[in-house]
Amino acid sequence: MQKIEAIIRHYKLEDVKAALTDKGIIGMTVSEVRGFGRQRGHKEQYRGAEYTVDFLPKIRLEIVLNDDQVPTAIEAITESAKTGRVGDGKIFVSPIDEVIRIRTGEAGGEAI
Amino acid sequence: MKKIFLRGAIAFATVLLMTGIPVLADDAETIEEVTEVVTIDSGNVAWMLTSSALVLMMTAPGLALFYGGLVRKKNILGVMMQCVFLMGMMSVIWAICGYSLAFGGTNPYFGNFDHLFLKGIIPSAELSMEASVDGMIFTVFQGMFFIITPALICGAFAERMKFSTMCVYSALWGVLIYCPIAHWVWADSGWLCEWNEAALFPALDFAGGTVVHISSGCSALVCAILVGKRLGFGQEPMPPHNLTYTTIGAALLWVGWFGFNAGSALAANAFAVNAFVATHMAAAAGVVAWAGAEWVKRGKPSILGACSGAVAGLVCITPAAGAVNPIHGLILGFIAGIGCFFACTTLKNHFGYDDSLDAFGVHGVGGTIGALLVGVFATVHITGGRVGLLEGNPGQMVNQVVSIAASAALGIIGSFILLKILDATMGLRVSQDEERQGLDLSQHDEEGYIFL
Repeated sequence: MQKIEAIIRHYKLEDVKAALTDKGIIGMTVSEVRGFGRQRGHKEQYRGAEYTVDFLPKIRLEIVLNDDQVPTAIEAITESAKTGRVGDGKIFVSPIDEVIRIRTGEAGGEAI
Repeated sequence: MKKIFLRGAIAFATVLLMTGIPVLADDAETIEEVTEVVTIDSGNVAWMLTSSALVLMMTAPGLALFYGGLVRKKNILGVMMQCVFLMGMMSVIWAICGYSLAFGGTNPYFGNFDHLFLKGIIPSAELSMEASVDGMIFTVFQGMFFIITPALICGAFAERMKFSTMCVYSALWGVLIYCPIAHWVWADSGWLCEWNEAALFPALDFAGGTVVHISSGCSALVCAILVGKRLGFGQEPMPPHNLTYTTIGAALLWVGWFGFNAGSALAANAFAVNAFVATHMAAAAGVVAWAGAEWVKRGKPSILGACSGAVAGLVCITPAAGAVNPIHGLILGFIAGIGCFFACTTLKNHFGYDDSLDAFGVHGVGGTIGALLVGVFATVHITGGRVGLLEGNPGQMVNQVVSIAASAALGIIGSFILLKILDATMGLRVSQDEERQGLDLSQHDEEGYIFL
């Protein structure tokens, strides 16, 4: 089992969700996060006071999958979240030791 | 500290018992006598009660949201509490002595103690400025001004002032600075009063350019300088945490201002209609001017600029709404929008003081522009008598300048002395840790936004 964590642009969330569900991948957790990489921040002005905002708003999408689905998911996310400009985000993949469904107590791959 | 409050409360209760009860007994008889002779004009009463409620709405939710959205989120309750608590505290002071000190007696400079505990204030329909001002409606309408004026100053020391010191400062400021200026300008015997034939410098101030905006704006500048900059000012970003609140607040202020200005006609008459329309036009022109100035200067107009422009226009038309027509209102609003934009950006950055929410930049500067320009544009078609520079009365400019200088001087000198005394006794600022933690938690043990 693997966890895919993808940092994407806000307005790409619907596209990414549609691409994943098209491939039969259902179930995901989404949160609003802030951060920066190479894109860096932008400037904001309030009554003449200028601030550089380093932490840009992004969406973090988390999915846990069985190993065989991981390449499909990565492909779906990469294709749907890409604009080709700096700031498209990143995908992190990490191993998951155990998954338990709270309602039934099922564990492992069946619980995903 | 607690002991002082307790002793104060006991002393207050004693005074109330000794003086308050006989006063109430007196009034019971007077009300019966007077309601028999006075005919109540239901139209005037309805408009004045509505206006009074509109002016109260300006402090909270209007100003509370306007200022609340501009601070960082750890301080939103701190700002809102200042507004709401002043609604309570200033009303209490107004009833005990504020009204009497502002409108009592026939001295040109000071009120007296004739109306302590609202003695002799009875419900009556006598609303015209020339006639008696003892009507209960006039008292409550003016009381709403007494609330919002110190609340405006809170913008200057936002995010760092100790709440207890803010309370004492506002109370003393109301009694020692607001009441005398209101007496000079609006009491029948005042030395700056427009309709007082014996006035030294009869100045035009319809709804409070000097009394409300210059007094609070100039005091705000002193506060910003004496309280000092916020920790990290100029180094850390301090952007407004919720401009949606600020926008709602500005819209509520705009609506409330119709009560503030059109209500200052003290009747439902043509004067009120003109003030209403002129007020609206000034706000509208202010929006276009400020946002337009930003558009030209930095390429994009901002919602904060549009909201600030509306308030600047409204401040500027306040002294003039009873003396100029709506097209003059457009001109005033436009000039205030540009003038306050430069005061809040270029001027403030140049001198480097931390007038956090621009109480001086908008109210001090906008009020001064308005008080000057009413001396230029005042027209006989609206005032029915006193005119300004353009209609051949340059002397009116002198009166306006004197009224501006006098109210600014009392605001600046009075606030300076008050703040120096409070600094030495109570301290003006919260500790550095408390400031970093935010006023919500450090002053009130509450949080504006809780994650549940």
